[in-house]
Amino acid sequence: MTQLTLVIDLNVCVGCHACVTSCKQWNTSGEAGPLFDDNPYGKNPTGTFFNRVQTYEIGEYPCTETLHFPKSCLHCEDPPCVPVCPTGASYKRKEDGIVLVDYDKCIGCKYCSWACPYGARELDEKQQVMKKCTLCVDRIYDTSIPEDRRKPACVISCPTSARLFGDVHDPESDVSIAIRESGGYALMPEWGTKPANHYLPRRKTKMRIHEDELVRADNPLKKEDIRHEVSKDATLDDWLM
Amino acid sequence: MNPAFSVVLLTTLIGVGQGLFLALFSSQAYTSVNVLPTQPGDYYALGALIALLFLVGGLLASFFHLGHPERAWRAAAKWRTSWLSREVIALPAVMGLITLYALVNWLGLDNDLYGLGLSGQVALTVGAAGVATTLALFLCTAMIYAAIKFLQEWASPLTVVNYFLLGTASGFTFATAYAALRAPDLVSFYGGWAIALTLAALLTRVAALFRNARIKRVSTLQTAIGVRHTHVQQRSMGMMGGAYNTREYFHGRTVAFLKSVKWFFLVLVFPVPVFLLWAGLVGEDSTLLILAFVAQYLGLLFERWFFFAQANHPQNLYYQVVG
Repeated sequence: MTQLTLVIDLNVCVGCHACVTSCKQWNTSGEAGPLFDDNPYGKNPTGTFFNRVQTYEIGEYPCTETLHFPKSCLHCEDPPCVPVCPTGASYKRKEDGIVLVDYDKCIGCKYCSWACPYGARELDEKQQVMKKCTLCVDRIYDTSIPEDRRKPACVISCPTSARLFGDVHDPESDVSIAIRESGGYALMPEWGTKPANHYLPRRKTKMRIHEDELVRADNPLKKEDIRHEVSKDATLDDWLM
Repeated sequence: MNPAFSVVLLTTLIGVGQGLFLALFSSQAYTSVNVLPTQPGDYYALGALIALLFLVGGLLASFFHLGHPERAWRAAAKWRTSWLSREVIALPAVMGLITLYALVNWLGLDNDLYGLGLSGQVALTVGAAGVATTLALFLCTAMIYAAIKFLQEWASPLTVVNYFLLGTASGFTFATAYAALRAPDLVSFYGGWAIALTLAALLTRVAALFRNARIKRVSTLQTAIGVRHTHVQQRSMGMMGGAYNTREYFHGRTVAFLKSVKWFFLVLVFPVPVFLLWAGLVGEDSTLLILAFVAQYLGLLFERWFFFAQANHPQNLYYQVVG
C-alpha cells in the first residue's frame, strides 16, 4: 500500500509563504474551479486556502525562538473526517492514501470540518462545498509534466527544501528516512488519527568544548618545567622592539 | 463553535415534534387499557399533524444549513458510518410513520389485530413503530454531536440523555397546552409528565454543565504544534482578514454574554414552565399552559445556542492571534 505524505522540516522553514501562494496559484487554476477569494483587494480579504504558514514564539524574552509552522491537511491514515460524511463525498483513496472531497457530491453540511481536529478543511463560500489540500493530485500523476516536477506545488516552490514528498509506507523513501532519522513527529497524536504528514523538529547544532581542549594538558614545556620566571628587568627583547 | 441558527431551530423543533408524538402515543396506549378516558380519533390525528408540522419546520430549517440543499438526498448514502446520514434516514421515517398514525386515527381504522378485544390496536401498532423510530431519531441527532470525541463538551452520554429529555419535556408541555384546548381529560396526565420530564432534564442538563466546567483539555498548543515548552505563543495565524476557520469555530461573544445566556436558559427552560404548568393545572387555565410551552421553547433556543457556543474545537488552538 502507498500513503503519499508531506514531511515538513521546521528546522529549515523560514516562513516565506511561498508554499501558500504556489498552492493557491496551482489549485485556483485547475479543473476543479477557482479557490474563492472574497474582497481580495479590500479591507478584510478572506478566502479559501489549502495551506497556511503560522508563526509561534517559543520561550520567554530574551530566550525565544521563532517557529514557522506550515499547516495543511495531514492526510490521516485514520481520518476522522471521512466516516462522518453523510454522502460519501469525503473519501480516502485506497491507491495512494490521499484524502479528497468529491465537489459534485458534497452538500456543504460542514460536518467533516467539525470532525477534523486540525482545522484543515475550509468551506468555499462561493461554491459552497468543502475544500482541502489534495496533495496536488491533478499534478503528481500528470504525465505531461516532466517527471521530476510531478510533486505538489508547495514542495517544488519551497526555496529551502523544507518540504519533502513521498510514500511513507516505503521504509526506504526520502520521507520515511527523514522521519526515522530526524525525529519526525505527528500533530495531536492523542486523537489517534495517525496523520500521514510529519514534522521534523528544530535542531540546534551544538559543539561541546571541554576545558582541557582549550588549555593543552600535555604541554611539553609544562612537563619539563623549563619556563623561567618573568623578569621585570629590561631584556634584549625589549631593546629590539 | 459558532452556533448556526438553522441547526438550533432544527434540533429544537424536531425535539418538540418527537416529544409531542410520544405524548400522544402514550396517552392513546393508556386509553386503550382504560387507564385514561377514550378520546376521538381526530384528536390524535390533529395532534400528530401538529407534531408533523414541527418536524417539517425542523427539516426546512436544516436545509438552510446546507451549501447545496438540492443534493440533500445524497446524505442517506453513508448510514453505515455517519450519524448525520442515519438522522437523514430516521427523520423522514418518523415523519412518514407519524403521518400514517394520524391517518389511521383520522379514518378510525380499528381492527382486532391481535384478538385482544381492545380498541385502537391498528393505531397503536403504527404508533409503536413510530415510537421506535422517534427514539432512534433522538439517538441519531444527539450522536452527531456526541460522536466527535475531541469536542469534549459534546462527547458524553449526557448529550444523548439531554437531547431526549429536553425534546420530550417540550413535547409533553406542548401536549398539555393542546389537551387543555381539545381534551381536558388528558391535561393532568400530560402536565404531570411534562413537569417530571422537565425536572429530570434539569438534573441531567446541570450535570452536563458541571461536567463541562471541569473538562481537562486533551489537546494543548504543545501537542498541536509538537513543541515541548511551557511557554509557547502564537504570533501569526497566517492570515489577517479571517477565514472559515475563524468564522465557523468562534462565536465571538464575551464570557459574560455566554454566562448570561446560560442563566437565561436555565430559568426559561426549567423553573418558569414548571411553575406555569403547575399553576395552569391547579387553576385549570389553558393560557398559562400555552405560556409554559412558549417560555420553554424560547428557553430551548437559548439552551441549544449555548450548547453549540460552549463547545471548544481543538482547531482553535491554531487560530489564537491575527498578527
